[in-house]
Amino acid sequence: MQFSGYRRPNGTVGVRNHVLVLPSVMCANHVVELIGKRVPGVVPIAHPTGCSQIGADFEQTKRTLAGFAANPNVAACLVVGLGCETNESKALARAIAERGQRVEVIGIQEEGGSTATIARGVGLAKDLLRESERCERAPAQVSDLILGTECGGSDAFSGITANPALGRASDRVVAEGGTVILAEIPELVGAEHLLGRRAEPGVRERLYELVERVEARAAAMHVDIRGGNPAPGNIAGGITTLEEKSLGCIYKGGSSVLREVIEYAERPSQKGLVVMDTPGQDIEQMTGMVAGGAQVVVFTTGRGTPTGSPIAPVIKVATNTPTFEKMRENMDVNAGDVLDGNRTIDEVGDEIFAWIVDAANGKQTAAEILEFRDFAINRIGPSF
Amino acid sequence: MALSSDGLALRLAETDNVAVALRRIATGSSIVFGDLAVVASEEIAPGHKIALRTIDAGEAVVKYGETMGRATVRIAAGSHAHVHNIEGIRGRGDLAAAGSR
Repeated sequence: MQFSGYRRPNGTVGVRNHVLVLPSVMCANHVVELIGKRVPGVVPIAHPTGCSQIGADFEQTKRTLAGFAANPNVAACLVVGLGCETNESKALARAIAERGQRVEVIGIQEEGGSTATIARGVGLAKDLLRESERCERAPAQVSDLILGTECGGSDAFSGITANPALGRASDRVVAEGGTVILAEIPELVGAEHLLGRRAEPGVRERLYELVERVEARAAAMHVDIRGGNPAPGNIAGGITTLEEKSLGCIYKGGSSVLREVIEYAERPSQKGLVVMDTPGQDIEQMTGMVAGGAQVVVFTTGRGTPTGSPIAPVIKVATNTPTFEKMRENMDVNAGDVLDGNRTIDEVGDEIFAWIVDAANGKQTAAEILEFRDFAINRIGPSF
Repeated sequence: MALSSDGLALRLAETDNVAVALRRIATGSSIVFGDLAVVASEEIAPGHKIALRTIDAGEAVVKYGETMGRATVRIAAGSHAHVHNIEGIRGRGDLAAAGSR
């Protein structure tokens, strides 16, 4: 199936045409924010990382920032650094350029203070915005899409209505030759054998390793994961254990063969269904999938959440009608129709797939209309 | 997957020993799946689970045809099955700690 997208020089296809203003380190957050205020139309983001990080944690932060900036939904990126940070702004800009992305970089110390940096940044951001306006939509295929799947604020209906319906849409994306990311490893605990049964050789072992790693972390901390997941709202919604949550969660990925298991924020190398190593925490998960190249995210919710990505449309699917009606402005699809006997899971799945194509064509999701721009990088080590 | 005769509850797999309330189940309601009938001994909120038969302490609680945890106390048929009488088996770092002491 076709849609109209932005063909990028590196061969990827965007569904949005954003100019991103990205701090390499948290010390540049406010300069980025002020550039954003002076240049309506660019997307500024803030994050609390980029300095005094080492090892795998630092690598993950770098991979996330570079991957996010090079997501095909971004036409160009302005990196703003401080000058002394661990995550050197020029190295970040090089990593972004190596991914085939248009990038400029400035530093607060080099420019001689915040006022001069903001002035230069405003000029560069306007230039990049003008350049981006020359990009036009062209025919593209669903096979060019990477779909991120997510559930947050889950309830007991997530595994009965919205997640199975999303699974139908995921199967259609895979059948069209596209890629679907299933993530949130803690929410595979207790259901990994169902996914492992349809994994390619070698992939199953890798999947089990990730699940064991999550449980080993809880063991090292001497705590029950249930202290944080399922969350109080999940429990109020009828979810009793982590295994029960997982059994409902895995429906999102559909019924395809599992082709690959990838790191947080890593770009899939395979088409079809892949699993990304992310936590269950909504914003960190979404950021990881988008940094891995997902152009569209479908997010199911039982309790209701307004979450959106700064650069990718996030389609919100309510698991039940009361939540859909109570948070109508934040929702796009009502899978509660299944419980009400008005539609089948397949019919809601068809609506989700149609929404994916519409969103790829430019239709604004509730989270975009309301300008939700959540961003958080998953940390796997302490700051030093 | 089966809907109870009054449409109030859903049993996701034949082997499940709990069913999910689709709407509020009032105390005293009969929940019937073919030959299996239980009377709700307490109110069950939408999304919450009702025990379809007595589940002994330590026994697996089965939903979606899979083990979703184990009973911490005896759960009588017809009662609310949730965090007060079910614990998870996986992700139990607390038990790993107790075992290592």
